[in-house]
Amino acid sequence: MKPQAAKTLRAFLVELVVYAILVVGYFFLVLHFLGESLHQLEMRHRYTYAGVAILLIVGQAVVLEALTTLLLRLFSGRSE
Amino acid sequence: MFFPISGAHISPIYLAIVGFLIGILGGFFGVGGSFIAGPALRAVGLDWNFAVGTDLAHIVGKSVVAAKRHRALGNVDLRLGLIMAVGTIGGAECGAQLIQMLKRAGNVNLVVSIVSIAVYVSISTFMIWESQKTLRAQNRKVAAGGIKGTTAKRDQSAFKPTTRAIQRLKIWPMVALPTSGIKAISIWIILLVAFVGGVFSGFLGGGAGYIRMPSMVYVLGVPTHLAVGTDLFEIIISASYGTFTHAVKGNVDILIALVMNTGAAIGAQIGAISTQYFTGPKIRLAFVPLPLIGAAIVIYTLVTGHKL
Repeated sequence: MKPQAAKTLRAFLVELVVYAILVVGYFFLVLHFLGESLHQLEMRHRYTYAGVAILLIVGQAVVLEALTTLLLRLFSGRSE
Repeated sequence: MFFPISGAHISPIYLAIVGFLIGILGGFFGVGGSFIAGPALRAVGLDWNFAVGTDLAHIVGKSVVAAKRHRALGNVDLRLGLIMAVGTIGGAECGAQLIQMLKRAGNVNLVVSIVSIAVYVSISTFMIWESQKTLRAQNRKVAAGGIKGTTAKRDQSAFKPTTRAIQRLKIWPMVALPTSGIKAISIWIILLVAFVGGVFSGFLGGGAGYIRMPSMVYVLGVPTHLAVGTDLFEIIISASYGTFTHAVKGNVDILIALVMNTGAAIGAQIGAISTQYFTGPKIRLAFVPLPLIGAAIVIYTLVTGHKL
């Protein structure tokens, strides 16, 4: 394997480990507490739930995109 | 992990891995990936209605990540994406109505299956022929010293004469798409392309990106990299609409979609960045198996009577 490719792969693996730790924390903290309130909202106020669902998925995507970009920069030393 | 909205017990690691794989495909090809996500969710016991609605919600999240990355790489035509979103939503509604009509006639499954198999196989066959012809022509030019090589975004297509003829059709109103390098094209042609994709989306569920992305390249003349990025941007709008309507009907478990999106976020970035290392014809050639997978799923459903 070329040295540059090996460096990129190593950086990616480190990024993946850091990302996995953050995501596991997210599973147990945020989703655990969010689960029941979203369930109640889904049962009682469907339209509000539909709006909140879109806001949550878009909001999380924006945050995760920023996080992965930051991690990519941090570990590979460049922004692709 | 227990998901109270759908009442399902699913491993979050499994969901994140499925999201990661779909993210790579989505980022690279500009498709929603519902032909993998739907069966993957149903395989772990999620009800069919929840699988469809939740998959749409996950597609929104993944497309936001991939489209943001593609936009940073200059691969998104916002004007084209917004016009297409209108056509896609209209087409999806018509597709759903058409399904209802065929249901009443009593032969919905056979008609939809045969039409979709024919369309999927035709797309794949055409793309193999076109991309290989384009690649051979490029190689001949390079060998003859005509061009010194091709950059990733300098797109070539053996279908260009037909695309130019379509662009020359003067059906008012015309619109310029400078980001895609199109001086003028009828807005009706853009809406028609999006509408057809939307009809298939309404027919078969999911985003029908395997129809829309090739249509953008061959009919509208959008460079492949821009077609991928713009399709993702357009999917954000049309899938958000689909998510809302499904959520109102009680078909979305947003917690499952949020967990899938943790994997998809990193996969979509990898897929989007990878497009920079491939020329348009090579991306199109790699795209060929996707409609064939769609056809295989339809054949399986037709033969066994079970929806994957």
